[in-house]
Amino acid sequence: MPEPFHPLANTIFKLVLLGAGAGLVAVLWIAYLVARSPWEMLQQVPREQPVAFSHKHHVGGLGLDCRYCHVSVEVSSFADIPPTAICMNCHSQMWAVAPEVEPVRASYRTGRSIQWTKVYELPEYVYFDHSIHIHKGVGCTTCHGQVDDMPLTWQSPRLTMSWCLDCHRHPDRYVRPRSEVFSVTYKTPPDQSTLGKQLVREYQIRSLTSCSTCHR
Amino acid sequence: MPPLITGSSPLVRIGEEDQLPDQATRRRFFELMGASTALITGAGCTRPPTEFLMPYVQPPEKTLPGVPKYYATAAVVNGLAQGVIAETHLGRPTKIEGNPRHPASLGATGVLSQASVLDLYDPDRSKVVIYREQASSWDAFISAFQQLLAPVRATHGRGLRLLTETVISPSTGAQIADVLAALPEARWHQYDPAGPHSARAGSLAAFGRYLNTYYRLDRARVILSLDSDFLACGPASTRYAHDFALRRRVRGSNTAMNRLYAVESHMTATGGKADHRAALRYSEFPQFAADLAAALGAGGAAPAGSKYAAWVGPLARDLDAHRGASAIIPGEHQSPSVHALCHALNTSLGNAGSTVAYTEPLEVRSEDQIASLRELVSDMESGAVSLLLILGGNPVYNAPADLDFAGALRRVPMSIKLGLHADETSRLTHWHLPETHFYEDWGDARAYDGTVTILQPLILPLYESHSPVEVLDLLLRAPNRTSREILRAYWRGHAASGGGAAPENDGEFESWWRKSVGDGLIAGSALPEVTPAQAKAPEVPHTDSTVRSGLELVFRPDPYIYDGRYANNAWLQELPKPISKLTWDNAVHMNPRTAARLHLENQQVVELKYGGRSVRGPVWISPGDADDTITVSLGYGRTDAGVIGNGAGFDVYCVRASDALWCVAGVEIATAGASHRLAATQTEKSMHDRPLVISKPVALYESDPDFVSRIRPEPLLDETLYPQWTYTGYNWGMAIDLTACVNCNACVIACQAENNIPVVGKAEVLSHRDMHWLRVDVYYTGNPDNPSALYAPIPCMHCEQAPCEEVCPVQATVHSSDGLNDMIYNRCVGTRYCSNNCPYKVRRFNWKLYADWYTEQLKMQKNPDVTVRSRGVMEKCTYCVQRIREAEIHSQDEDRYIRDGEIQTACQQACPTQAIRFGDMNNSANQVARLKREKLNYSMLAELNTRPHTTYLAELRNPNPALLEHS
Repeated sequence: MPEPFHPLANTIFKLVLLGAGAGLVAVLWIAYLVARSPWEMLQQVPREQPVAFSHKHHVGGLGLDCRYCHVSVEVSSFADIPPTAICMNCHSQMWAVAPEVEPVRASYRTGRSIQWTKVYELPEYVYFDHSIHIHKGVGCTTCHGQVDDMPLTWQSPRLTMSWCLDCHRHPDRYVRPRSEVFSVTYKTPPDQSTLGKQLVREYQIRSLTSCSTCHR
Repeated sequence: MPPLITGSSPLVRIGEEDQLPDQATRRRFFELMGASTALITGAGCTRPPTEFLMPYVQPPEKTLPGVPKYYATAAVVNGLAQGVIAETHLGRPTKIEGNPRHPASLGATGVLSQASVLDLYDPDRSKVVIYREQASSWDAFISAFQQLLAPVRATHGRGLRLLTETVISPSTGAQIADVLAALPEARWHQYDPAGPHSARAGSLAAFGRYLNTYYRLDRARVILSLDSDFLACGPASTRYAHDFALRRRVRGSNTAMNRLYAVESHMTATGGKADHRAALRYSEFPQFAADLAAALGAGGAAPAGSKYAAWVGPLARDLDAHRGASAIIPGEHQSPSVHALCHALNTSLGNAGSTVAYTEPLEVRSEDQIASLRELVSDMESGAVSLLLILGGNPVYNAPADLDFAGALRRVPMSIKLGLHADETSRLTHWHLPETHFYEDWGDARAYDGTVTILQPLILPLYESHSPVEVLDLLLRAPNRTSREILRAYWRGHAASGGGAAPENDGEFESWWRKSVGDGLIAGSALPEVTPAQAKAPEVPHTDSTVRSGLELVFRPDPYIYDGRYANNAWLQELPKPISKLTWDNAVHMNPRTAARLHLENQQVVELKYGGRSVRGPVWISPGDADDTITVSLGYGRTDAGVIGNGAGFDVYCVRASDALWCVAGVEIATAGASHRLAATQTEKSMHDRPLVISKPVALYESDPDFVSRIRPEPLLDETLYPQWTYTGYNWGMAIDLTACVNCNACVIACQAENNIPVVGKAEVLSHRDMHWLRVDVYYTGNPDNPSALYAPIPCMHCEQAPCEEVCPVQATVHSSDGLNDMIYNRCVGTRYCSNNCPYKVRRFNWKLYADWYTEQLKMQKNPDVTVRSRGVMEKCTYCVQRIREAEIHSQDEDRYIRDGEIQTACQQACPTQAIRFGDMNNSANQVARLKREKLNYSMLAELNTRPHTTYLAELRNPNPALLEHS
């Protein structure tokens, strides 16, 4: 009776098994890469909004301070999205008939809120507080990027937990003088390694990495 | 789907409604596992849904998103006010705290005030006007009402009847007075099923007039409770508990303590706390009080032949030694003669004006409400009532059974009911009108001492609803005014009416109004004290009922559901009753001896028969109850309460008669077949000789202050294999003073409200899946025939060497840098190892999707600073970490450390007796650090060397040596 299998069959079978295992690992690895990709995490993806609001124009062009619209950023966990009334402070005079601003005027007329799409979406179990970061010398652009160069706003970092922890573990690498927190033109100075350490001491910045710092 | 598990494991048998099926094949198991893995993988590949931000168009004044606002108002609990500060997030009230300025609160809250915010959002509240079981509208009602009123007005109100609950609100009272003045032939009736009927009659008997009584327990050294649960129930219980604990605070060498005697027919939280407790049948109380009075008159010698000589003698001598510094408190449901005797005892002991205060009645009109209701019912039956306006209350459900209110109501040609719920009464009235909740509207209310709070709305009415004063205004004038206009007009009109009066001048009135609303009370509005003449003690016939044989059936308002009005509040339904620890049910309580005599077992359904009426309910054996006494609580067995309240428990109003509101003797009892499972959260109430809750006489502490460390030695610091933690910043800890805890359970509800803790329902409680992060354990102690009770609030201990942390395979529970035992929901995979390894059993596993994620109203109550947990995760007390982090951020924004007392955990804030202290243990000047240095301080289960951050101060009691000798 002839042998049912070629002598190479064992080898081929082992290779197939190995290949299947490696393939499975590869598929999972690729899935992981996709899940963490900027595309999937919506990093640097401009988000459509009901009003084509341009930070590039308002911040970069006109030079508005962040706090003119985001009024509660220094005292609240939430930086606040400006009420329609704040938009109308200027837009009752400027661009008062422009069709681009019509949704704002409509909101003001009807009393119905503008429904903005949230750009920085944290999971529900993460509790972020703006006021303390501002107070400890974390600049707006450190997390929000160069908003003065964003025609439509996008999410600048990938917003992973490791990204948060990087700063929580090494605040000296990112902290800046309080006077520069709201500056969009601030550039990390060459002596950040010494300046950072000095500011960490001066602002009593603690490296908070307990889970309940953010999760509760 | 075919069943999954073969056989019937003990687990499967625990919950009768449990969904674990009982058969499975290997193949089926793999199918399900494979499908679950695929689904989980698939679910992980989706992006979270896009979220939206909806800013204000015109932001309200001083509103910053993310920063809560606090408003002073009052929770109106059974008609009386407890001053509260309501936390609101973007216009949604989420949490109720006490108002430190308010006399009934002093910063703490009662259970019912805490739970009131859930009533506001109750999805079963009535939302529309109903006319003959069809949805209608306010416009339709108003035009129909004006037509109905035309003939009534023509006859000056003949045939018009108002039925309300006890009216205490001054502005509502004035509005009713205006109606009665405009329509002099109209009549007004009041009825509260569980109101102070006996107190009214007792006051009338003793003083010849109606007076309001309250107690100043901070001045009392000796307190005698005659069937009163004053520490845990009643409109002033928060204040009473505070004052009571104030005189029991043993610190260092200060060992002065007050002494509490309790004589009870049914064991209550107050009785369990008492230094001496005796069980007495309801009918024996007048004789006991009379014997006590006789003994007081005879210098402490009990009258000859007194059954109670052993007690009465030492008690009388103790009271006599503390004249003017003692208080005798009758239970609200005790008979009028006991109330009158207590007045006589208190005045003769010189307590009146000192520990016992009398004022004019709080209510606008005091009357015999039963007589008033009886008159109304007979008029309804005779056809004399053509238009009945029921403003609040639920008489069809809770009127005495012999009056047949429902039958009489059917004969009324036109009836209108205003209420929060379309309840049993609304089913029989022609119109039902939705009422505003007191957090939605303007109003006023009085506290136990008369202090007036202006209620301000925290939110616009959720539904189209109106307040009673607005409906009354329809009778008076057109166009009709809003609640606010009526309220302001009333207080403008009372410019010169004595204490707490508003100024007349316009500008002054405005600033007075703003201050009164903002403070949460009108300054100086407490009713002035009156000094009544020596109270007349009623004659107690010497044979009075003590020889009466047969079973006595005692009705009591439920501690949480009260007369049934809170039946649809899920927090209250699931809150374990103070002593029995029952949830979701009432029961037929009797003591073990009575049960044995009647051959009854726990949970056996019995039929109680009296006067041709009967009711069925399950037996619950309650040690500490008086012999041959059956106690049942009112408020259950609702049929139109809503999805929560319907069908829970049994209705005892159907055997309650108008001539015996609180007790009937000679009840027949018979077994009625099946048993009914009752859901208790604690079934083992013996400590089995382990020193879990340490309670000793204060005399022992005086002679041997270190006794606790001998009972409960702390292990040495280096007796561990694990590394030590060091804390450079804060080190959070909690100390619980067991002497102060009175088992009122306000902390449990406060925790539930603060931390978005879901309710699980009766079936899940039966499976021991209750979710309360904080529980109050109760243990019986002493003589099994007449036990005392020990109470211990058990939150997470935040162990230094936490057993849970060691066994978590995914690091979902870890130690924080400031001494907390963190629980990370998003890491938890639900192995439940931590809970198995927790010696304190404080971890709660979320077995099913208990939180309601879909009902819009309930979403509004949720605390936005705390994650709403999904199923499959472990949860537990976090020491209110959201409050810690907020205080940390707030203090760091101001570049300072957190001050002592700046953080109050929710349980601590609600606690009336300040039994719970929380703070940083690293600062030795802090209160919590000072308490932990007290010699009474001990760790629960210290021998396990878990080094809990929550420690206890052993309970001290102050028994009377003379009485101890007797027993």
